[in-house]
Amino acid sequence: MGGFGAKVDKFIEMFITYKGYVKVLEGLRNTLLIAVLGLLIGIVIGTLIATVRVVPKYKRLPRVLNAICSFYVALFRGTPIVVQLLIAYYVLLPLFGGHMTGVEVAILVFGLNSGAYASEIMRGGILSVDGGQLEAGRAVGLSFSTSMIKIVIPQAVKNILPTLGNEFIALIKDTSVVSFVGATDLYVAFNYIGSNSYEFMVPYIVMALIYIVLVLLISLGIKLMERSLRKSDRRH
Amino acid sequence: MIDVIDLEKHFGGKNVLNGISVKIEKGDIMVVIGPSGSGKSTFLRCLNCMEDPTGGQIIFNGVDIADPKVNINIHRRRMGMVFQHFNLFNNKTVIENIMLAPVYVEKQMLRSIKRTNFGIKVKNLFRKEKKPLLPIETTQEKIKADQHEAAMQLLKRIGLEDKADVYPSTLSGGQKQRVAIVRALAMNPEVILFDEPTSALDPEMVGEVLDLMKALAKEGMTMIIVTHEMGFAREVANRVVFIDEGQILESAPPEEFFGNPKNPRLQDFLSKVL
Ligand SMILES: Nc1ncnc2c1ncn2[C@@H]1O[C@H](COP(=O)(O)OP(=O)(O)O)[C@@H](O)[C@H]1O
Ligand SMILES: [Mg+2]
Repeated sequence: MGGFGAKVDKFIEMFITYKGYVKVLEGLRNTLLIAVLGLLIGIVIGTLIATVRVVPKYKRLPRVLNAICSFYVALFRGTPIVVQLLIAYYVLLPLFGGHMTGVEVAILVFGLNSGAYASEIMRGGILSVDGGQLEAGRAVGLSFSTSMIKIVIPQAVKNILPTLGNEFIALIKDTSVVSFVGATDLYVAFNYIGSNSYEFMVPYIVMALIYIVLVLLISLGIKLMERSLRKSDRRH
Repeated sequence: MIDVIDLEKHFGGKNVLNGISVKIEKGDIMVVIGPSGSGKSTFLRCLNCMEDPTGGQIIFNGVDIADPKVNINIHRRRMGMVFQHFNLFNNKTVIENIMLAPVYVEKQMLRSIKRTNFGIKVKNLFRKEKKPLLPIETTQEKIKADQHEAAMQLLKRIGLEDKADVYPSTLSGGQKQRVAIVRALAMNPEVILFDEPTSALDPEMVGEVLDLMKALAKEGMTMIIVTHEMGFAREVANRVVFIDEGQILESAPPEEFFGNPKNPRLQDFLSKVL
């Protein structure tokens, strides 16, 4: 056991001389890929579900769709994401004979999972938009879906941007479980460095720092986006 | 133009409209008055099926639009609506508010012509005698430019051309309602429905909105107006209708309506508001 300085030296040696950074970059790319694509898929699914949930339910079709959506949300919120990953990769994938990498499965599962959470966020967002906005859209002859897409949803997204940002941050941190299905993320990369140098302290600290920096950058990005979206509230 | 026959509306078990029949002709200015909760808004909202009627018919240009099978969006484009709380699109600038629907509708038409032409082209590959394509005289860019110009004209008309690119949150109530009225006008509707257009305004802004409505009336626009502005009704309407408990209890030209009301409940109502 050397001092802290020796540990840092060892880490730097592993990181640069033994090309640990290649692994770390790959891990970083996968982490971001899974979180970003997962969030985008999640927003699309979440918006669709949220729309189904706010439609009046006099008729049969909306009721059936609503039941399906409730089931979906209950399923994905009721089980841990690790369990969903494991089932998708080790049960469903062989069952349907699909050929997908761990990263691809992770993107899909994170998308489906965040869809369930995003739907609740988006529903709150849609309900926060004054009902008169949809009415005005319908009154000029736009269809329900056009009014939602052009008028209600942009306003809803603006209202929930901070919450969606938190969802993104949660996703980034949750990606640290994808090693369960053999995908290389930051955790796998730093674990690799650690186990090759028999020294885990510095790699894990650096890993934590990278996560913190990522989260801070995202928070900053959200603040900037909010500011530019808020121009419709500002007085000229 | 609009023939309302035995219109009924109930919400759950609550009867709000109990058999309303009325005919609106082109150029008519019909003012609807009545106590709060009597069903005036519901009546107006049934006319363009914002609320689905639960009974009766609304014949608009020969089509019963209360029939759930008709494509209501097409008919709503011929019927403008102006709301008490303006309901300008908050995420759009003033000019975008006005252009949104007309641009969308024309682009949709253009797309549908292009789709038809594509079908003709494909079939022409297998035809001896080629069928001619439908003529296309416009482009997406031209539609936008034309509607922008038209919207600017409308804004000039209400003296707000310098507000074209601001968001609605920066306008006063009176300005918002005038923009909402020209937004309805931008679709070239045959009739405009007004639901208490001045009730949410500060008193000093009521005049500018009523003046714009008077100007529309002079140009021959057909209007159905729910309002508490009795002076306006007297001056502009050619027919005033009194609704109470979801029924029309009196319908007469304004002189007779205000000068010689027959229904006792109308007499009572007028004695309170005049
Ligand atoms: N969406 C609705 N659901 C249930 N009741 C409604 C609804 N809209 C209106 N009502 C009821 O219908 C009655 C008439 O309302 P409304 O047409 O708004 O009256 P007015 O515009 O004359 O004040 C009121 O008692 C109101 O509570
Ligand atoms: Mg009302």
